[in-house]
Amino acid sequence: MIEVKNLVKRYGPKTAVDDVSFSVERGEVLGFLGPNGAGKSTTMRMITGFFPPSSGTAVIGGKDIIEADVEAKALIGYLPENAPAYSEMSVEKFLTFMAEIRGFKRAEARKLVEKAIVTCYLQSVRHQTVETLSKGYRHRACFAQAILHDPPVLILDEPTDGLDPNQKREMRDLIRRMGKHKAIILSTHILEEVDAVCTRVVIIDQGKLIFNGSPDELRGQSSAAGAVSITVSGPEKAVRDAFKKLPGVKRVDIADISDGRISLILTPDKGTGRSPDLAAAAARVAAENTWELSELSTNPGRLEDVFSQITVSDTAKKGGALS
Amino acid sequence: MRSLTNVLCVMKRELHDYFASPVAYVFIIIFLALLGFFSFQLDDFFGYGQANLTPFFRWHPWLFLILVPAIGMRQWAEERRSGSMELLLTLPIAVWQAITGKFLAAWLFVGLALFLTFPAVLTVIGLGDPDLGIIATGYLGSMMVAGIYLAITSVTSAMTRSQVVSFIVSVVICLLLVLAGWPMVTNIFVNWLPGSIVDGIAACSVLTHYQSLQRGVIDTRDLVYAGSVIIFCLFTTSVILRNRRSL
Repeated sequence: MIEVKNLVKRYGPKTAVDDVSFSVERGEVLGFLGPNGAGKSTTMRMITGFFPPSSGTAVIGGKDIIEADVEAKALIGYLPENAPAYSEMSVEKFLTFMAEIRGFKRAEARKLVEKAIVTCYLQSVRHQTVETLSKGYRHRACFAQAILHDPPVLILDEPTDGLDPNQKREMRDLIRRMGKHKAIILSTHILEEVDAVCTRVVIIDQGKLIFNGSPDELRGQSSAAGAVSITVSGPEKAVRDAFKKLPGVKRVDIADISDGRISLILTPDKGTGRSPDLAAAAARVAAENTWELSELSTNPGRLEDVFSQITVSDTAKKGGALS
Repeated sequence: MRSLTNVLCVMKRELHDYFASPVAYVFIIIFLALLGFFSFQLDDFFGYGQANLTPFFRWHPWLFLILVPAIGMRQWAEERRSGSMELLLTLPIAVWQAITGKFLAAWLFVGLALFLTFPAVLTVIGLGDPDLGIIATGYLGSMMVAGIYLAITSVTSAMTRSQVVSFIVSVVICLLLVLAGWPMVTNIFVNWLPGSIVDGIAACSVLTHYQSLQRGVIDTRDLVYAGSVIIFCLFTTSVILRNRRSL
């Protein structure tokens, strides 16, 4: 549905987006991640046809955003960063304008506006001008214009930015529901959001695409991923040696010893791949030795860890320069 | 057909914004008050003893110099500042349609202000027997000047997010366009430039083309001049908008 082909955006000597390619199908919610200034918004603006790319293109539902921009734009619903809207119009008039300029006749436009107002819970502010709205409502009004015409493609730049926790949850539910039959790209820097709604993750850093895969794959890249935490009661040395002998275990660390219980962390050998059986094997060892097992878990890896591992943060760079 | 609907749709929305704020009403009142003051007091309309609107139309290019850029300055600068340009330019419409819609809305607004000067026409009709043809071409000339100023403001407005900058730059450009044909300026050049060059400079001026319409002559050259300046400016606006690097 969305095909991004070798997008490049240069500002003078600076390359903001450097040869980014990926594609999104119907039924996918793609999380677009990256540190601030990585080029997320610029990429989205090129996909929606707002910025002309320096080279490369995006194809939306078979229509090239450069060659056939009007046809391609008709398939997109776009929520820009900071949710702009015409501030002197009432919510209803604003949405009616957005529907009419998308080519819907008056009666039809009214129906669509009504539906969008209900979907986005805007009933109570429909006659208020946009400039008097609180940030959450303005955000929803702008979101309403993005979904008004039921587009097959949704591009959302930080859709939950500035919303309160309840609104965030509602927004995520809405996106998840729509993601079943639309192709959605959403940018965010809230990693829990990726877990909550995204089926796939793309990370860009300094304009370059550095990861494209499922959230689980991303997590798997964490150095802590696959590590097994186990707590048993038994003699310290024997316990440690027994687990060390397990195939696929690279390192055994003792995390805590208290009341005769030993908590260990078994780091798997990444070279042999992630072994899901490590926890089972560890449990068998405990059973064979009749050590009482009180806790056993596999670390799925934390997105935050991977994120900071693979992206270069501003602060880290600055710190390096200072020292 | 589709493109016409798009242009009208954008125009309707722009007009909504003009009238949603008190600025529109303030503008119309100031325009009418100043025009009345200039033509009736400063130019001594009643002492003139002639049933025509010459003293009235004489002031239009000068008054418009300040007032028209004030109307046009928000066209794109405001869209850029508020970020709504990102919505407008990602809609399935061509850039020229948005530009034309905005331009027409502003032009129509100036037209409305001009229409409200009809008491001046009624006054001369009541006082004597004016040539209504000359008055009609006079209004046509005023609309032409307003259109040219607005098109210039469209360009300056697309270049900046600040309405004030847009206003000042367009006033300066419009002033140059007026001065190039003002006898007080052209007379200076006459002495040390060949006549053909002076005429050439004067031909670029709004004033030269405005004056022939004030005499009741509809010359195609004047209309071609106005049309080409407006189209050139709106085209420049589209080039600027398409190549902008940021909001």
